[in-house]
Amino acid sequence: MNRLSWFNAVSLTLGFAFLYIPMIILIIFSFNESKLVTVWAGFSTKWYGELLQNEAFLDAAWVTVRVAVFSSTLATILGTAAAYVLVRGGRFFGRTLFSGMIYAPLVMPEVITGLSLLLLFIGIGLDRGILTIVLAHTTFSMCFVSVVVSSRLVTFDRSLEEAALDLGCSAAQAFRLVTLPIIAPAVISGWLLAFTLSLDDLVIASFTSGPSATTLPIKIFSAVRLGVSPEINALSTLMIAVVTVGVITASLVTKRAMMRQKQDEMAAARAE
Amino acid sequence: MHLFPDSRTGAVLNSDVFAPWDDPQAKPLIQFQNVTKRFGDFTAIDTLSLDIFEREFFALLGPSGCGKTTMMRMLAGFETPTEGHILLGGQDIDPIPPNKRAVNMMFQSYALFPHLSIWENIAFGLRRDKMPKPDLEARVEEMLRLTRLEQFARRKPHQISGGQRQRVALARSLAKAPKLLLLDEPLGALDKKLRQDTQFELMDIQEKTGTTFVIVTHDQEEAMTVASRVAVMDQGKLMQVATPDKIYETPNSVYVADFIGDVNIIQGRATANGGETFQIDWAEGQAPLTATSASGISTGQTCHLAIRPEKVAISAERPADAINAVQGKVLDIAYLGNLSTYHVELPNGTIIKAQTANTRRISRRSFTWEDPVWLSWTATAAVLLAD
Repeated sequence: MNRLSWFNAVSLTLGFAFLYIPMIILIIFSFNESKLVTVWAGFSTKWYGELLQNEAFLDAAWVTVRVAVFSSTLATILGTAAAYVLVRGGRFFGRTLFSGMIYAPLVMPEVITGLSLLLLFIGIGLDRGILTIVLAHTTFSMCFVSVVVSSRLVTFDRSLEEAALDLGCSAAQAFRLVTLPIIAPAVISGWLLAFTLSLDDLVIASFTSGPSATTLPIKIFSAVRLGVSPEINALSTLMIAVVTVGVITASLVTKRAMMRQKQDEMAAARAE
Repeated sequence: MHLFPDSRTGAVLNSDVFAPWDDPQAKPLIQFQNVTKRFGDFTAIDTLSLDIFEREFFALLGPSGCGKTTMMRMLAGFETPTEGHILLGGQDIDPIPPNKRAVNMMFQSYALFPHLSIWENIAFGLRRDKMPKPDLEARVEEMLRLTRLEQFARRKPHQISGGQRQRVALARSLAKAPKLLLLDEPLGALDKKLRQDTQFELMDIQEKTGTTFVIVTHDQEEAMTVASRVAVMDQGKLMQVATPDKIYETPNSVYVADFIGDVNIIQGRATANGGETFQIDWAEGQAPLTATSASGISTGQTCHLAIRPEKVAISAERPADAINAVQGKVLDIAYLGNLSTYHVELPNGTIIKAQTANTRRISRRSFTWEDPVWLSWTATAAVLLAD
């Protein structure tokens, strides 16, 4: 192992400090005994206990999870279908326009997306609640799914689909039995991306949520405006923990699958 | 069956060799009828007609971009002709989608389904036909035996070697017992030694199953080895369709002669010399060459003489009875182990290749660089081709 030069060591320290110091401070103060956020008064887990008693936070968390699950599932279905048509549909009238337009929401300011959705929901007389948040999140996250899935489809060996057709599949069967299982990792990561986007969205949700449904980010944001409480710190720490565990698990699973595939291929090469 | 003798028995009655294409009674399995295929402005196939018979091992041979893959994709149903029709067993198959055709294809990349085991890959097509379970299992086992893959049945495609993957692809495409099997450069990904073994295996399997095979290849040696007939293609047209020996010994054009194997081409002017014999004046101050041709070539016509290097003899003295003999000096020697090819430069700069079998050890070789030598060949050795 090479030793780091002092320049590299300093760069590394500065970079990581920049990224993680705010989060570390937040985690430390979530275990603070004192009600004052910036004054350390000893270790305690009481804020976590109080958090579990707080109905409003628990309700908001439950709304957020439901919205994320529904909207990411819907976005995955729509985004995968869009990606499939744009990559595989051949040349049809307006294809270039459509493939450009599907990426537009990626660069669209969230405020504008939120506002236009709000106007739409008012226009068609849809009461704001969970349904409107789900629809809004689906709208802005499906283009992310479509980007992830289409980048996989571009490198997908077309002859696999042709082989399925040749062996007696209809186009729908070929997609279900061959294409989908092979692109599944991309579809799943698209779903995860949409899920995360929905979890931490504040801007669009605040336009489209109603009094009947509030998501966790909105709840936290409005609570903080009245002053940061250690309870918020505890909640944020829990969210960080969930995300960290999720990311580590996902990367371990991928790494193990890759290692197994590599071993198999080496064994096959030896057998040759 | 007694009332309708099929093409094969018809041919067999006439002679002992399998040659339905010579039998006017034989009904072709596949008929291309004036087929044209265009992609935008590009004409991939140009008003092409071709008959392929049952149980044939038919090779489509040509350089890349000659249209051979398009022919195959039209047979599989992935492309439809722009004009003309393709008939399979007398039925126009143009409107039939690939999944409804009794045609299967072995893909160049093998296109094995990576998420399924070898067993499931082979069973894939049978499952689509809703074949009953005991029959399906028996059929898959039979295919595994045929391709000697029994011990790999439970593995995934990435867990086996390239040669084994090739056999899985073959087993999968044969499992549905298609009327016609299409093979797209099936051996392209294998190394030379494995390729040669696999060629014989393919021929063996074709004979055992009695399936009609159409193979696409750019490797002329492969086409010659496996095929009952070879079609040489260029720019969307058929240049010649014949048995491998006819393609090699009596090519009908300079293109075919040059594409198949090694050849010396000498351009000259023909003079009829009675019967089928012609004199060819080919260079100033050189004696005319003698060649025979059954096809009509008129006096004064520009023509090409195609001579295979192995039909040119090389000697130190002028052979006494040689009909065609020219003198030159050895420019280069390509030593191939079993054979040596001598590149001999004639006084006018023409280079002629002569090939000899190395029946002696190399230290006893008769000629070396810069040696003056005589090249000679018989009147029937060369093929005379009109311009």
